Amino acid sequence: MEAQKYVWEGAIPLQIHLHESQVTALPPPPPALILAPRIGYMPLLASLIKPYFSSTLPPGVDTIWFDYNGIPLKWYVPTGVLFDLLCPEPERPWNITVHFRGYPGNVLIPCEGEDSVKWSFINSLKEAAYIMNGNCKNVMNMSQSDQSELWNSVMNGNLEAYQRVSSKLKLATFDDEYRTLCSQKSQQSFGETDLTAQVNTGRVPIRLYVLSIREDFDDLDEMPRIDCWEKISYINRPVEIHQEDTCFTLHDALKTLLPELFSDESLTNVKLGGVDFQDAVRNPNEDVSSDKVVEDHGKNAHKHPEAGHISSGGEIKLIRIQGIEPKLEIPFSWVANNLINPDYFLHICVYVKVAQ
Amino acid sequence: MDVLHWDGTISVKYFRIGAFAFAQNWENHNSGFPPWSWVCPKHHWLASPEEKGYLSWEKICISRPNEEDVDQISQIDTREEEISCPGNEDVIDDAILVQSSNRELHYYDFHIVYSSTFRVPVLYFRAYCSDGRPFSLDEIEKELPACSAKELSKSKWTFITQEEHPYLKRPWFKLHPCGTAEWMKLLFLSDAAKPKFEVVLELYLLSWFSVVGQVFGLRIPFKISN
Repeated sequence: MEAQKYVWEGAIPLQIHLHESQVTALPPPPPALILAPRIGYMPLLASLIKPYFSSTLPPGVDTIWFDYNGIPLKWYVPTGVLFDLLCPEPERPWNITVHFRGYPGNVLIPCEGEDSVKWSFINSLKEAAYIMNGNCKNVMNMSQSDQSELWNSVMNGNLEAYQRVSSKLKLATFDDEYRTLCSQKSQQSFGETDLTAQVNTGRVPIRLYVLSIREDFDDLDEMPRIDCWEKISYINRPVEIHQEDTCFTLHDALKTLLPELFSDESLTNVKLGGVDFQDAVRNPNEDVSSDKVVEDHGKNAHKHPEAGHISSGGEIKLIRIQGIEPKLEIPFSWVANNLINPDYFLHICVYVKVAQ
Repeated sequence: MDVLHWDGTISVKYFRIGAFAFAQNWENHNSGFPPWSWVCPKHHWLASPEEKGYLSWEKICISRPNEEDVDQISQIDTREEEISCPGNEDVIDDAILVQSSNRELHYYDFHIVYSSTFRVPVLYFRAYCSDGRPFSLDEIEKELPACSAKELSKSKWTFITQEEHPYLKRPWFKLHPCGTAEWMKLLFLSDAAKPKFEVVLELYLLSWFSVVGQVFGLRIPFKISN
């Protein structure tokens, strides 16, 4: 469980500036320096941030929200994921702007403070439970005190407390060994009230964020600035670990999520550890710890009309999970067991260069 | 596959097929209502081909007369000609399309989107008035029939949630789908005719919508063909 410890200890240094429209007295207040847990959520930092700016704010109701480069930050996305996604070349500290007025309700779902974040978390957990166990009874039937303890452990970054409660949920884990997917059993067990009659579906909850870039770039700092959420595709789709694959890799998982970006030929030439893909283009400037995937030659893309846009394929430039760039040949079950967030979802950020 | 061993869910492929069947059935049996359309967003090129798209039913004006409200309401009601399900007395729609002179029109947009997590359709919706001002959840709740409002008051967070529309990326409301598979299975198991699985798939969305539509007071009469 060492990896989970690192995940929970991960934090993003933030330099938080008050938006100029909210500054009531000159000189403007200096930015707040806050260390934000990766697995946490931005609105939870409100109590830490407000003291810095309370003297300059006009009276009234404060609804906190943040932006980075003008992009409003989605409060229900974990802080670490926002950073990995919006800041390709990691900016330390991460300069973001805080607002206490003018909540962009047409873009952001309303947030009424800690309660909203808690319910969003619980709903995600329910969804993950459904994906992994075939139903979410375990989460729905949590006692009030367990629920509070779980949420508090996430807010406080207390992994031990979290594991104490989460282990009671009996959520499925994934292993490399041969497992039978008892699909028939799962249907019959639907009416059962016994909490333990849950099935390991072999499905991994995934939240995939894909940033498509049309321009070419070699280094991350050459990447054009992300200025809106429209450039980011969000795919909320589970990945099933197949029983016949003794070693289902991260690469295999990505292939099921983004089939257009992987051509069939590349799979037969994959060598474990060798990273030898047919027609792969190796960028000599790239850090050896990251991998690039073969370009799609458009064979898979022709089946649907939109293929015209990606006929020369898309190229995956970067994959980030919990701020690291894992090798594609890592067994996916390890990723699913160790790099997940407290809501049991695996958040994956992918940068894709798209043809013009 | 027979209905007894079915878990109430459908694959994304069947959702797409079912969506077209639904739109077709809808047009055939509910000529009084505007048709559903299939929307295939172009920019969502990253999703696998079958997953692109959702059903859309927009600018629907729903209003129901109640005791307190003595409006001049003209009804567009073609329900009398419809052949109802045998034995089903509740043919008359509670919700009707209205043109009201002294009441502001409230519009609803409904989208049926497939959920890969729950493997069922999910109803996304939003409401707004004629000037485009969106309604809050409270305002929408006031409009819902009494039994729906009761459900909502019991568990505000699990019945209707506000989430980002998976395609449009704007805040929409959705009916939480976590119980859908269970009651869909019950729906078909309770049918004495024990339909073949192919029939189940064809009627899946129509049956599903006949249930979720009731949240908004929409009772859709339709024939279940044998």
